[in-house]
Amino acid sequence: MSTVHQRPSLWYAVPAFGFFGLFAALPMVLVLYLSLTSWQGLETPAFLGLENWSRLLTDPAARESLGLTVLFTALAWAVQTPVALLIGVWSAGRQRNRAVLGSVFFIPLLLSTAAIALLWQSLLNPNFGLPQAVSAFSLPQFLGDPRLALYTVVFVVSWQYIPFHALLYQGATRAIPTTMYDAAIIDGASRFSRFRLITLPQLRYTIVTSSILMVVGSLTTFDTVLILTGGGPGTATRIAPLYMYDTGFVGFEMGYASTIAVLLLVFGTTVSLIMMRVTRFREMRSQQEGQ
Amino acid sequence: MLRRRRPNVMAGVGAVLWLVVVAVPLYYLVAASLRGSEDYLSGNPLALPANPTLENYRSVLAGGFGRYLLNNIIVTAGAVAIVLACAVPAAYAVTRSSSRFVQRGFTLLLMGLAIPAQATIIPVYLIITNLRLYDTLLAVILPTAAFALPVATLVMTNSLRDVPKELYEAQEIDGAGPLRTLFNLVLPLAKPAVVTVGIYTALMAWNGFIFPLVLTQSAETRTLTLGLWEFQGQFGTNVPGLLAAVTLSVLPIFVVYLVGRRFLLSGLTAGFGR
Repeated sequence: MSTVHQRPSLWYAVPAFGFFGLFAALPMVLVLYLSLTSWQGLETPAFLGLENWSRLLTDPAARESLGLTVLFTALAWAVQTPVALLIGVWSAGRQRNRAVLGSVFFIPLLLSTAAIALLWQSLLNPNFGLPQAVSAFSLPQFLGDPRLALYTVVFVVSWQYIPFHALLYQGATRAIPTTMYDAAIIDGASRFSRFRLITLPQLRYTIVTSSILMVVGSLTTFDTVLILTGGGPGTATRIAPLYMYDTGFVGFEMGYASTIAVLLLVFGTTVSLIMMRVTRFREMRSQQEGQ
Repeated sequence: MLRRRRPNVMAGVGAVLWLVVVAVPLYYLVAASLRGSEDYLSGNPLALPANPTLENYRSVLAGGFGRYLLNNIIVTAGAVAIVLACAVPAAYAVTRSSSRFVQRGFTLLLMGLAIPAQATIIPVYLIITNLRLYDTLLAVILPTAAFALPVATLVMTNSLRDVPKELYEAQEIDGAGPLRTLFNLVLPLAKPAVVTVGIYTALMAWNGFIFPLVLTQSAETRTLTLGLWEFQGQFGTNVPGLLAAVTLSVLPIFVVYLVGRRFLLSGLTAGFGR
């Protein structure tokens, strides 16, 4: 008996692939072409050659924005990873107080980026917000000081995303076999060495996955910064995605904006290749679990 | 070795510290939204509101909030419907079809997992204007769904891979074609994955910012997140009014959270958390 015709034909996959192709894959190719054009957004893009690219090389504002993006991404990773890891491992315990606290910890997940940015903007308002509540300490201008604004944005972004990553770590920690800990306790291992010798190594793939998600997310953070600081004060928080938006949709230089977009895509795709590796590993493991 | 473990004091202190970092802003949000403007301008921002009032909520609801909310619901429902309609059959094909086109397409789709949506916004704008969809809700729905598809298909495929081959063979013996297998076998078995993907897509669509910002213009197509930003300009110094709008925008999803906390939390991490 032939079973071949009982299998789903390739048409079952065509809607998904076609859809993704038109609105995600085609744009990736188009943006490369647009980076070689002059285009104001309404008329047809006019081919320009490498002019945008040579402009990018000599544009100090672009260099500044890319530097800020790298700094922002590194800081966001360095703040979020340890905090999320510790909260995740802590809340993986089954104690009742942890379950209650845990459900409070995850509430920021429910607020949209716009809501969070607006909330923090008014909370950090020097006249009517937190600085007013603790006026005895005279807090600095978190969003108005060019030296502090980027760190403040990193804090707000971390506030928003640490719960998600903590959730990843919580799930992964619960999957660690408890027998490993029992054995370590019998051997007299201290709480710290159990964390270092069992928990951390067991979580290494989760750390990789979470880090990749963080980096891709940070590279393209846009709405938080737009609402919180608008890139200011001055250009102190104008990271690359915001510079791209300002150039393209405010200054109507869509061609040059595409050049910045290509750079972001190259960063992102490099990370996505690493992610493919991790994902493949996961597929293998999930099949083993299914047996 | 049944001795109870000593309490971990340092971790407990850390947990309480984090509770303060999370809870104080949330408390401030609700408290400030209940303040009259005098109370806001002169009172301590962390004190309980002196004369709690719902006036701010009334003025927000009168200011177009309902329209924005409806738009957000339409965008979210549309994106979820498209993603599920595409991802379920695609995952079925990926797990069961021997077609090389399907397997290569799946690899490409996985590469899309980390495409930063913002970086492709300019060509998406070009495509949407050429399709004459600019300033419609469909203009927001289509790209939102497209960028949710890689994760959706991956989660769905992972869940179908755990289905034993014998179940498919039993369907074949019964004489079921692929379409009947899809509805009789695949859909019921993939139910947890469908819930997960639905929640994930819904949250993405609900909170979307850049697609509505760039692809719509008029008040009739404005979504909630964009509406909040608009309120910021409109309300000027009326911060309690703005925060009432923020609180209102959180309420629908908070109700969903209270009802389906377990689904929501597992849905948020599925595909990565394994």
